[in-house]
Amino acid sequence: MQKVITAALAIVAVWLAGVTGTSGQQRDALTLALTGDSIIMQRLSKEFEKAHPDIKLNWVVLEENVLRERVTTDIATKGGSFDILTIGAYETPIWGKKGWLVRIDDDLPASYELDDVLKPIRDCLSYDGKLYAVPFYGESSFTFYRKDLLDKAGLKMPDKPTYDDITKFAKAMHNPKAGVYGICLRGKPGWGENFAYLSTLVNTMGGRWFDEKWKPQLTSPEWKESITYYVDLMKKYGPPGASSNGHNENRALFATGKCGLWIDATSAAGYISNPKDSQVADKVAYAVAPVGKVPNGAQWLWTWALGIPTSTKHVKEAKAFVQWATSKEYVQLVAKTDGWTVVPPGTRRWTYDQAEYQAAAPFAKLTLQAILQADPIHPSAKPVPYTGVQFVGIPEFQAIGTYAGQQVAAALAGKESVGKALQNSQEFTERTMKRAGYYKK
Amino acid sequence: METAAAPANAPAPARRAARRGGRDKTLLLKLPSVLLLLAWSTIPLAMTLWFSFQRYNLLNPEERGFLGIENYHFLLTDTGLATAIWNTLLLVGWVLLVTVGLGTLLAVLFDQDFFGRGVARVLLIAPFFVMPTVSALVWKNLLMHPVNGLFAFLLHSVGLPTIDWFADLPLTAIIIMVAWQWLPFAALILLTAIQALDPERKEAARMDGAGPISMFFFIILPHLARPIGVVVMIESLFLMSIFAEIFVTTSGGPGLASTNLPFLIYRYALLDFDVGGASAGGVLAIVLANVVAIFLMRSVARNLEA
Amino acid sequence: MNRALRRKWTLTAVAWAVALLAFFPIFWMVLASFKTEIEAVSTPPRLFFRPTIENYFVVQARADYLKFAWNSIVISFGSTLLALAIAVPASYAMAFSPTKRTKSTLVWMLSTKFLPPVGVLVPVYLIFRDTGLLDVRTGLLIVYTLINLPIVVWMLFSFFKEVPREILEAGRMDGAVAWGEIYHLLLPLSLPGVASTSLLAIILSWNEAFWSLNLTAANAAPLTAFIASFSSPEGLFWAKLSAASTMAIAPILVFGWMSQRQLVRGLTFGAVK
Repeated sequence: MQKVITAALAIVAVWLAGVTGTSGQQRDALTLALTGDSIIMQRLSKEFEKAHPDIKLNWVVLEENVLRERVTTDIATKGGSFDILTIGAYETPIWGKKGWLVRIDDDLPASYELDDVLKPIRDCLSYDGKLYAVPFYGESSFTFYRKDLLDKAGLKMPDKPTYDDITKFAKAMHNPKAGVYGICLRGKPGWGENFAYLSTLVNTMGGRWFDEKWKPQLTSPEWKESITYYVDLMKKYGPPGASSNGHNENRALFATGKCGLWIDATSAAGYISNPKDSQVADKVAYAVAPVGKVPNGAQWLWTWALGIPTSTKHVKEAKAFVQWATSKEYVQLVAKTDGWTVVPPGTRRWTYDQAEYQAAAPFAKLTLQAILQADPIHPSAKPVPYTGVQFVGIPEFQAIGTYAGQQVAAALAGKESVGKALQNSQEFTERTMKRAGYYKK
Repeated sequence: METAAAPANAPAPARRAARRGGRDKTLLLKLPSVLLLLAWSTIPLAMTLWFSFQRYNLLNPEERGFLGIENYHFLLTDTGLATAIWNTLLLVGWVLLVTVGLGTLLAVLFDQDFFGRGVARVLLIAPFFVMPTVSALVWKNLLMHPVNGLFAFLLHSVGLPTIDWFADLPLTAIIIMVAWQWLPFAALILLTAIQALDPERKEAARMDGAGPISMFFFIILPHLARPIGVVVMIESLFLMSIFAEIFVTTSGGPGLASTNLPFLIYRYALLDFDVGGASAGGVLAIVLANVVAIFLMRSVARNLEA
Repeated sequence: MNRALRRKWTLTAVAWAVALLAFFPIFWMVLASFKTEIEAVSTPPRLFFRPTIENYFVVQARADYLKFAWNSIVISFGSTLLALAIAVPASYAMAFSPTKRTKSTLVWMLSTKFLPPVGVLVPVYLIFRDTGLLDVRTGLLIVYTLINLPIVVWMLFSFFKEVPREILEAGRMDGAVAWGEIYHLLLPLSLPGVASTSLLAIILSWNEAFWSLNLTAANAAPLTAFIASFSSPEGLFWAKLSAASTMAIAPILVFGWMSQRQLVRGLTFGAVK
């Protein structure tokens, strides 16, 4: 009997420990959902807490895909778990339209200087002219290349490279025996993974995802041409394992000297140029993203921003933090504590005007240029019913993009012909769109 | 030869006595777990069934309505469904084979007395401690990567061509990863079961002249029949819902080569936020799992009551 | 004598080879945690390098390891204890007083686990939201108890079946009541089985990465959330992730080491005779 009592007591004790652990929440606590990119913001937020002693910040940090799913579940069920969310260019207009986010631009103080925030980025985060989130990170895409290898081949990178140039350069730098592959591109399936890049390729070759009536265009000649080009290029001059290399794997490959060319996010430039993180810091150079037949949609646009769900009970405090974390003063703070190389990129014009920033980040000018040139409202030369350069701003796109990504990866791995891959993707997309009710009218 | 060590049929009088006086008692003992599981399983199950007949997309929560079997129709006409189910069965089957087969051998091995047995056992069990996501990442990037991975390096140094695991053998790669993780589970359970084997019986058999092979087949293996049954049932449970490893490494690709049913459902549930479709998928998964369970039970059931 | 010793050494060699092979990926991961990010992914992979503990500092600075670890401990151990408390009586009843419904009850219990969690996320999330169980350790504790209950019942059932009836009969004739029977006779005799079951239930809860991420936010998040914060689709993070993972499995490894004697102690058949 004693043992029963002790066991029961133990259980009760543990349960109590579990229950009492919950009373840690104070009155004015803000819960923030962030990705792992926000380490600096986390650390510096102590300054915010010092200036606002009545607000306590609680952090939830998760990987991007998990975060998106977690946050979407919460916001769609009005769970109220978070007061501030990290959301991207994809979700913000959709959620703003549904009224799930608090409007940000209606009571910003003049000192915030909203106009200083780069316009394309602001457009990404607005719906119907209203701003629903403020950015703390912005990126576009451009070309990374090994200047030393290009010099050795006697070639020079033009100011506005075309994809013909890229083919030529990849061929010249491809040297598997020396452990260097001509070009590394994303191949891992995912709407934000391989299709982020592929959408830009399709755009600049003159294609588009949907026509004005929302009919998918995946079997159009432009699509066939782009995907065939991509598969051939990677088969000839790409590294093995290309069909499961995502951004991270390619970044590792480039940083360890295995790639001659890489077309990917501008945000990686900070690492590739940092001798602590990269073996090719002194050998890398940058150029704008290559163009195919038309200049539209050749560089993508992405931003991470802070938004406030309407279910929050602390709108005023949340707005205070959100304004602080994306202000000019914050950029200056980061520059002072961590250096200019790691200040939030791609958000404010002011950052790019600072001489110190230009000195610390040799790729700054190109990044700014890429962002300003990106046009999410006209990603293709043909008219389109959607916004988004490297994605389509509709809720159904995640599933569509990932399925198409799987099909193209299969083509790249040689398991399927390009034609079949596109045919499958076309059918899947049509099915999904029909079910979602796009063709009713 | 066997005088039954653990007879389920106790001498008649005791059993009758237990039944008479003990009936209420056993019911009370079983009641909490049964009730709890009833609540836990029925409520979500009922809700899932309900949702599977509705149009309910989290991103468009205003559009609700009864859809009849349209969700199921959509699911069953998904061209990837057959592949997903087949892959699920392949994955479960192969991992079971490897873990139970190898697990039995390892259990016998680790039952023997050798130097540093304690430490070696912990090392053997360790793979089960690691989070599936992490082990998948370690396997993918540090070991199996065709350019930067350790395997590539080793193959390269002996002049063999490197294997592009995730392009050419995606399901095999996943099977290897999952089997590595679950082998300790099987080995541990079987080892514990072997330890329960009466040493006197082993001695008697040895004195009768039984060598290690006949010992294995006639004493150990029959004794392990029930634990193996349990291992198979429990492992299949988890193996039918493998998700993290696929998500992290291949995202179900290339094409649908490594997509299993949970991953397919994930695409509905968490990419589409299509609760209706995902629920239909969930119901389908339960049906499939029950089919597998019935099949397993047939082969394993005898051992349960033995 | 010589043959026996030689046999022992051969066994040692074989068993250790297997153990090291099984452990190798983990060893590689721990090794990576002491490298810089670039070293972790470069070829040729290096076995010898200048180690750095920088990753551990970064990991600790970014996320409060102790808070996550404590949550993991409370939730895993708590749910396992609770599951044991509920399952032991049930398994006892099913093992020693089986009725014709026993088998189907067992199978039905297991079938409750067939529902893919992804499919029931929304209903459960809604229920938890309305009952205030979101981001609260108790909430996760309840979920894990329910999730692991079928497994615990099955495994205990299987191990209890190993215990010879004679011992319990003897105890009963000595006047022990059912509860006494359980606690004084059954549990000590099946301790290795109970210990293995508990260890496995703890590990399953420790590593469970779906509910733990979806039902928690800042307060109740266990180590799985800690690890999830170290992977990213954009960035080199393997060395840091390796460090975080090493920190995450360390408590379990220690616990496994401490309890491994219980795991593999044989039944004391002396009690029967």
